[in-house]
This record gives sequence, structure tokens and C-alpha cells, in this order.
Amino acid sequence: MSAFFQWLATIPPLAQIPIILVAFGVVVGLILFFIELAPRSGRGYSIMRLVVAVAVPAILVLVLGVYNDAVWLVPLAAVLGAGLYLLDRRAREGKGSLLQLVGFMAPAVLLLAIGLLYPTIQTIIAAFLSNDGSKFVGFDNFAYVFAGGNGGFIALINQIVWVLITPVIATAIGLAYAVFIDKSRGEKVLKVFVFMPVAISFVGASIIFKFFYDYQQGAQIGLLNQIVVWFGGQPVNWLQTSPLNDALLIIILIWSQTGFAMVLLSAAIKGIPDEQMEAAELDGASAWERFWNVTVPGIRPTIIVTWITIAIASLKVYDIIAATTQGQNNTSVISYQMVRLFQNLPPQTGGSSAEAVLLFVLILPFLIYNANNIRKQRLGL
Amino acid sequence: MIATDIDPRSAKRVEKDQRRAESAAFNASKKRLSSKGATIAAIVIAVIWTIPTFGLFVTSFRQPADINTSGWWTFFAHPDLTISNYTNTLNFTDTITVGQSFMNSLVIVIPATLIPIAIALLAAYAFAWIDFRGKNILFIGVFSLQVVPIQVALVPLLSLFSNGLTIGGWAVFPGLNLNGLDGSFARIWLAHTMFALPLAIFLLHNFISALPNDIMEAARIDGASHGQIFFRIVLPLARPAIASFAILQFLWVWNDLLVATIFTAGGNFPITKLLTDLAGTYGQSWYLLSAGSFLAIIVPLIVFFSLQRFFVRGLLAGATKG
Repeated sequence: MSAFFQWLATIPPLAQIPIILVAFGVVVGLILFFIELAPRSGRGYSIMRLVVAVAVPAILVLVLGVYNDAVWLVPLAAVLGAGLYLLDRRAREGKGSLLQLVGFMAPAVLLLAIGLLYPTIQTIIAAFLSNDGSKFVGFDNFAYVFAGGNGGFIALINQIVWVLITPVIATAIGLAYAVFIDKSRGEKVLKVFVFMPVAISFVGASIIFKFFYDYQQGAQIGLLNQIVVWFGGQPVNWLQTSPLNDALLIIILIWSQTGFAMVLLSAAIKGIPDEQMEAAELDGASAWERFWNVTVPGIRPTIIVTWITIAIASLKVYDIIAATTQGQNNTSVISYQMVRLFQNLPPQTGGSSAEAVLLFVLILPFLIYNANNIRKQRLGL
Repeated sequence: MIATDIDPRSAKRVEKDQRRAESAAFNASKKRLSSKGATIAAIVIAVIWTIPTFGLFVTSFRQPADINTSGWWTFFAHPDLTISNYTNTLNFTDTITVGQSFMNSLVIVIPATLIPIAIALLAAYAFAWIDFRGKNILFIGVFSLQVVPIQVALVPLLSLFSNGLTIGGWAVFPGLNLNGLDGSFARIWLAHTMFALPLAIFLLHNFISALPNDIMEAARIDGASHGQIFFRIVLPLARPAIASFAILQFLWVWNDLLVATIFTAGGNFPITKLLTDLAGTYGQSWYLLSAGSFLAIIVPLIVFFSLQRFFVRGLLAGATKG
């Protein structure tokens, strides 16, 4: 496979697109073809199942590439495949059903295991090892991260500020906007203005706002400073003024996430039965009372989902810092520190992993809450 | 046959429902009372939300000399339009030209959108319509991976790609040997594919499992295998969900900086990465940054405006990503 990728690297970028897609298409085609043939009965199909079950894992290992001293993996894979074949023969739903299931699931499960599960475990281990991974160092990496001069403490505080402020304000403005425009004449058009930033990258948003916050000697070209000047004030170098710069960076994320909140909440508001609104109106409830007593209770689950989603987004914010201040003037956050430490020379793998673990710990409550929710849903509780 | 029968009809029904909802909303608007203040407030928010973008947009068409000496709001008093910023930016070389990085973004985004969809569809179908032991636990596991910050996975994955895998002194997997190959996109395709799967599976599963049981039952009685049901019934019916996810994933990959920072090098930087570098090195060259930003923004905006309906639907169904 690496030979294929190496060859692919030598041809012009645009020509790589069709080639990789065709190659991938062939693989998926083969899987589907096998899924189609697998459950058929008859001697020939049994033999085919056996051959596929034994050969595919072995070939897969070979294609991925193994070192010479690890060729024993190839027969091991073949033996595992044969075991799968035997299991499949005894499957309750008939021969071939288990192999079919494996055909459907294996690509996704393999990629998830390699791409997310293994690295996550690896990072958690690396957080407690020295930078070259040779010895166990306990909590030294965490101590290093928080040591004076490494900025870990400020990054943690900033990260917490980000996650406390962003979701609340973005959800509040999004909700207010959704209520304001609900059922109004130009609803669709008005939605677009606030929603558009959702499609803009954080990098694009950061540059847009960097320009908005721009500071110069003499005539100002950044609108914010110009407004200050119009009101008779002195222009400020916003992004270098701590802790104000943090708030200004948070505004970028709020700007980009409010549209997301607005769309989600607007859809939820439309789901509130008209009768409830009308009943409240007949009872003489004011618009404000209707909002708090009908709208908000009716969309509470959506508000929570929105809040959580934006909170998670603000825990992972990296782009905004990278494209504006690069962590200077006390603006760094954990996810930025993590990449910065990794790109140090030499790479601070331990410290970087420790930052990633910190981030993981911060996200854990959301993860548990979400998993719990979905479990209840699936079990029909 | 069944599929072609059902699809247009259900699509038509959806359209009709939408039209009905719109006319209902229109009628309700007449009934609405104190909407004037609300509308004004909404317009104020809309203006505030648009001005920063608009400012940079105007700037991207001004003469470089003007940009750094006067604010963009003076442009309307002294209009002096140019598109030279865009042509200059496309040819501006940092590690590569901005134009090349734009190409790289395209090369990254197309496979990184299509490949995870295909893989996720297979898994989503199995989760929805094949019974097996441990299904719920596996599904919750996949769902939980959605929230795992990709930061946690980046460094080991990079090391796996470049150095391979060694378990207890056994060198098992030698890595992809792509270090220094500037033209190779394999690592970033793989990374984006892997990171996309949890959300893709979750979204597509939600949709596919909600398809009416009767159709599946009927097909099974007719003797259709899982392969046929997947191909003839599920794929055509799941098109709206596929479109929704495709748009989310397209925007996510196009707008990504973090994954690109780790998995690309010099020659295959996407435009977000190059722009970030430019913003660091040429922070005051606004002619460059403004035009560059809009080159990067234009693609997602086109996708956004032409496919807004699917985009919203994807957001409503998915709600989390990353």
C-alpha cells in the first residue's frame, strides 16, 4: 500500500483524485460483491467463503506492509480468518450471515480502531512517559506543562473561560434572534446573515476579525478603533491588551457559532404546537411571559444540545488562536499549547500528550452525558 | 423497483409539506402583534453580524496603497476598484503559491468527503438492519468517539503513519514511508476519513434506521439479500441524509486547519494552512490576506448557498462534530 501511495504522490495533484476514488471504489465493490454471494448455499459458495475468510485477512496484513521479522502475522491473520469461518458455519442466522456482517462493519471498525481508539490510548500512555517514550515519569509532564514560563496555567484558565462564556452567549443570542425572526416576513433572508459565518472557516473568521480589530499609528483602518476614535477615544492595540484580547477572540467563536444555535433553536421553536401559544395568548400572557413559560420549556432539550455542542467546540478551538495571536499576550488555550509543544524542537511529546489528556478530561463530562442519553434512547427508557 | 417507486413520491410529499408549512408561517405572520420591535432588533443583529465580513470583502477590492492608509468605509466616498489583489494573491509564493494551495484543498476535500460516506453507509446499514450481539454497546462506543477531541489522536496517528508500529520490541508495521513526499495526500485523506466516521455512522444510521420496516420486510419476503436491500432500497432512499452529511464533511474538511497542520507539509498545504502562515508572516499585508481569505471562503459559501437546505438538515440531525 505504501508503494501505491508513493507512486500516487508522484503524479499531478488533480489526477490523484480520480485514481484514489477508483481504487477505493474497487475495494468497496469487492466487499459488496462478497456480501451478495456470502449467504448463498451450495458447496462452491462454502469453499468461496472459506477462501475469502482465510485469504482476505492475510492479504490485508501483507498489503498494509509488515517487516520481515513480523511475517508470522500473515499466518496468524489467516488462522483468525479460519476461526471466523468456523464461527460463521454455526451462526444462528445461517451460513454466511456472520461473514456478511463482518463485510459491512469491518472497514469502519478497523479505521476507527486505528484512527481514534489506538491513538487515544497511546496519547494517554505517552502523557506519563518521557519525551522519547523510554521511561515512565509519573506526573512530570503535567508538572512541566504547568511550570512557570510554559504558559500551561494561563492556557487552562483561558480554556475554562472560553467554555464558560462562548456557549452561553452564542445560545442566548441565537435564541433571541430565532424568536425575533420567527414567523416574520423576511425570516429566510434574515436567517442567512447570521447563519453564513457557520460556513466560514475559523481561519477566515479570524482574519476577518483581525482586520476588524486592527490597530495602527495614525489613521485607523480597523473599524473598531475607528469607532473609538469617532467617539473621541484613543485607539487601542486590542489583541495585545490582556485580558481584553481573550474576550475579543471569544467573540470570533461566538460570531461563528451563533448561527448554528439559531438554526437549531429556530427549528425547535417551530415544533412547539400553535395551540399552546394561542392558549397563552388568550390567557393574556405578554410576549415576554409567553417566551419564558411556553417557548423555553418547549425547547429545553434543544437548548441543552446546542449548549453542549458549542461547549465542545470551544474546548477544541485551535484555529482562532493559531490565525490571530499564536498564543501570545496570554491568549493561549490547551488545544493550542498541545500543538505548539509537539512542534517544538525537539518535540515535547510528553507535554503535548499531557495537554491532550487535560483536554480529554475536560470533555469527559460531556461525553458521559451524551453517551448516557443515547443509551437511554436506544434502550427505549 | 420498490425503491424507484417510493422515492419520487416521498420527495414530492416532503415538498408539499414544506410548502404547507411556509404558507402557514405566512398566515401566522399576519396574526403576529408586537413584531416591530423584534424585527428591528433582528435587523440590528444581522447588520452587526455582517459588517466585519463586508469590511474585509470591500478591502479585497481596494488598491493596496489605499488599504493601509484609509479605512474601508471611505471607499464609498472614493471608489477605486481593482481585482489585482486577487491575481497577485493567487501567484503569491510562501512555501507554495496561494493558487496551488487552493488546488491542494480541492484534492484533499473530494476523496476525504466521499470515502468516509461509503464506509459509514455500510456500517450504518449493519447497525440499523442487522441484528447481532453487542450491537448497542458498539454503537454507543462509536457515538462516544464523536466527542473525543481529535487532538488526542493526532500525534500517535502521525507517528503510526511515519514510524510504523512496534509492540514490545516487535516491529510490526513499517509505516507508510511518505515522509518528505510533498505530493502525497494519503495521510490527510486517511486522517480525515477516520475522524469523520463516528459522526457519519451516527447520522446515516439515524436516517437509515428510520426507514419504514414494511419495505424491508417486503423485500426480505421477496427473497432480497442484505446486499440487494442495501443497494436497491437503502442507498436511493438515504440520498437526502447522504447529501446532508456530504455537505457537513465537505465544509469541515475544507475549513480544517488542525488536521492539516499535522498531516501536511510544505508542498501539500491546503489554503487554510497557507493563510494562517501568511497571517503570521505578513500580518499587515491586508491586500494579500483579504483576497486570500475570500478565495478560501468562496467555496464553502457557494456550497452553503446552493445546498443550504441539506446543510441545515445535517446540522439538525447531527448537532456535534469534531
